[in-house]
Amino acid sequence: MSFGDFFRRRSSGETAKDRLKLVLVSDRSACSPEIMERIKNDIIEVLSKYVEIDREGLDIKITQSEGDGPEEKAGPALFANIPIRNIRQRN
Amino acid sequence: MGEVTGEVIVITSGKGGVGKTTTTANIGTGLAKLGKRVVLVDTDIGLRNLDVVLGLENRIVYNVVDVVEGTCKLKQALIKDKRAEGLCLLPAAQTRDKSAVTPEQMAEVAKELKAEFDYVIMDSPAGIEQGFKNAIAGADRGIIVTTPEMSAVRDADRIIGLLEANEMQDLKLVVNRIRSDMVERGDMMSAEDVVEVLGINLIGVVPDDEKIVIATNNGEPLAGDESLAGQAYINICHRILGEDVPYLDLRKKKGFLAKLFGKN
Repeated sequence: MSFGDFFRRRSSGETAKDRLKLVLVSDRSACSPEIMERIKNDIIEVLSKYVEIDREGLDIKITQSEGDGPEEKAGPALFANIPIRNIRQRN
Repeated sequence: MGEVTGEVIVITSGKGGVGKTTTTANIGTGLAKLGKRVVLVDTDIGLRNLDVVLGLENRIVYNVVDVVEGTCKLKQALIKDKRAEGLCLLPAAQTRDKSAVTPEQMAEVAKELKAEFDYVIMDSPAGIEQGFKNAIAGADRGIIVTTPEMSAVRDADRIIGLLEANEMQDLKLVVNRIRSDMVERGDMMSAEDVVEVLGINLIGVVPDDEKIVIATNNGEPLAGDESLAGQAYINICHRILGEDVPYLDLRKKKGFLAKLFGKN
């Protein structure tokens, strides 16, 4: 790698390939928006038994997992960001 | 009708404008040059173009809708290409729409044709609606054409999914309009990148060659001539026949000055 290469921007071809891989993961997943909505509601229902969830802030999507190391292959993964309002004590 | 029948290949892409029709015309011409009996079927009813790319637009009398509706016999609708022996065209109707033919009817036409020809090549319209369903109905194998652009590759992926859902096993990829200069500086996905993303096997890589524009202007497909694109197309034809042909080096030959001052 030359000195110039070191500072060079990431190539647009690479960017296209990475963006494309992400788009295809969600295209290929059989999860229609309705199914995603149902998954979301089920998650809320289950978690609500234990904690108070910020329903508006909840975000779930199918994405590509990074895959750490050679053993773990990158593949589709369900990514969920679930903000908790209050961890209630239930008894 | 003989016992041995030909093969039906659909050429499709999802996205429009990636070179399906040009690819169809060149594969047809190439296979004919290699001594095969080939019929090209334009299934893009209402938006026919294969006739123009082949330079046969002035010879159309009947079309595929006439055949399906019984207005003429199948043989009457076939146009023989006088420049490429063994090549015929079954044109689409221009004044009708996709609903004029059903997938069952198109499959029947393909079946009838494959009794007479070695290869029946269906040129699919863009999209995933009726015209596409017609084109794939009778096909034994598929060739998916894409360019190294995100939108085209994404649509190709969708098409591959639909073909696999239709239990079409033999799917091959043509990556069209590769600009090796852009690939070299990292500003275009390479054919290998596209193959990696789509996960199907390659059957051809065609350079973005201005000779293709000229060939289309003249209505004379260039498969098999000395141009880089012409070589790329004839190589696809050899691979369709099951031959193992190495891929071309698509880097443009250096110009006079580069030759003079460059190392090579």
